[in-house]
Amino acid sequence: MIRVAIPAHLRTLARVEGEVQLEVEGAVTIQSVLDALEARYPVLRGTIRDHETKQRRAFLRYFACQEDLSLEPPETPLPEAVVSGKEPLLIIGAIAGG
Amino acid sequence: MSKVRVLVGTRKGAFVLTSDGKRKSWEVSGPHFTGWEIYHLKGSPADPNRIYASQTSGWFGQVIQVSNDGGKTWEAPGGGVKMNPGGMPQGESNRFVYDTSPATGKPLTTHQWYDGTQHPWEFKRVWHLEPSPNDPETVYAGVEDAALFRSTDGAKTWQELSGLRGHGTGPKWQPGAGGMCLHTIVIDPGNPKRIYVAISAAGAFRTDDGGATWKPINQGLRSEYIPDPKAEIGHCVHRIAIHRSRPDTLFMQKHWDVMRSDNAGDLWREVSGNLPTDFGFVIDVHAHEPETIYVVPIKSDSEHFPLEGKLRVYRSRTGGNEWEALTKGLPQENCYVNVLRDAMSVDTCDPCGVYFGTTGGQVYASADAGDNWAPIVRDLPPVLSVEAQVLP
Repeated sequence: MIRVAIPAHLRTLARVEGEVQLEVEGAVTIQSVLDALEARYPVLRGTIRDHETKQRRAFLRYFACQEDLSLEPPETPLPEAVVSGKEPLLIIGAIAGG
Repeated sequence: MSKVRVLVGTRKGAFVLTSDGKRKSWEVSGPHFTGWEIYHLKGSPADPNRIYASQTSGWFGQVIQVSNDGGKTWEAPGGGVKMNPGGMPQGESNRFVYDTSPATGKPLTTHQWYDGTQHPWEFKRVWHLEPSPNDPETVYAGVEDAALFRSTDGAKTWQELSGLRGHGTGPKWQPGAGGMCLHTIVIDPGNPKRIYVAISAAGAFRTDDGGATWKPINQGLRSEYIPDPKAEIGHCVHRIAIHRSRPDTLFMQKHWDVMRSDNAGDLWREVSGNLPTDFGFVIDVHAHEPETIYVVPIKSDSEHFPLEGKLRVYRSRTGGNEWEALTKGLPQENCYVNVLRDAMSVDTCDPCGVYFGTTGGQVYASADAGDNWAPIVRDLPPVLSVEAQVLP
């Protein structure tokens, strides 16, 4: 089971509390995890990455195991600790006022 | 006795204010969508409990929310939890994709940027939602970068009416200070195929065939801040209002100038008259008197607060030119708020109620057509939009 931590506003939007847990078939990458997340919670489509281009929104970043994965190609395999469920994939909003 | 509901969009959520027909005592519900910008929310004339809301965020983009119980509960159409992870979600409500199909004519990909160069069309947010007068499932969305979208399935899916961007002047449109937004949608009450829109800073446009073809309707406008003050395109229209009994008469608050047209926008004439300044954002028409109109003059350029720190609504009972200041109950010293373009509304009670919200978080109401005012609430986040509904 893949663990994903999403920002508070998106948890409210998806009506979930705490981390989201997802089954991901095949290779576990940022792309496959986000595909699974959006399939289960369609309201999140467009809120993390663009509908069409799948580009990450400018004020969001991806982290796991103390590493910034934001600029990695989306098909890059995630760390084993994420695949095993030991560590979550973190989707984090920029601290940019507001 | 009828009930009045006032829908308020703010920088940090939505609020629903309700009262009986006396409009003296109000209940406040909210914030809904806490922390998100609610640019606009509006109820369907065909089903007042069907309310559409534009929920937007610089971090997370655009979401459309819908309520079917007058704002008590909300859902994003097509966005509910889907328990089958293998299934593809259907019709998510936040998907606004510009039409670049060759089949629809002229794919338009750039508009004019501030510096005169061409700039890609990029979706940012929904400024205004205009439900159909007849069909609760049909709603129009005015978006930034400027375009008009329509949903006929209750906001599950959206299609651009690309004839507007593609009619020919699109490459000349440029953003105003607030971005290049389509902020005003007015549907002719007797002819839903006739729709007016306004774009900052391009001007006003009209379709007579339900959105397939469009034409600029800016003749008579004069804007000294553009190279050709009488140009076909480039005017910063702030708001257009209409009275249902006279659909060919339009009133406009432009960046500067209050304007009027009596031939569906084909020709405009200035009716600023004795206003202390003809800059402002809002304009609205009395529900029962088609020649009674309201504006809130604002000092500009850049200041964007009331003249002399006095918050005054101006009313004309002659369709413009002759204006009177309405001040009873409004702060007449040290007031430096703004009233944004979507933040005034009228109700259809008798006497007509008038409402407006400020960037200081106040929502003021008058239950006697503007003679006397009182705040419903004083300390909301900055108010972006106000819409009044009268319920049976």
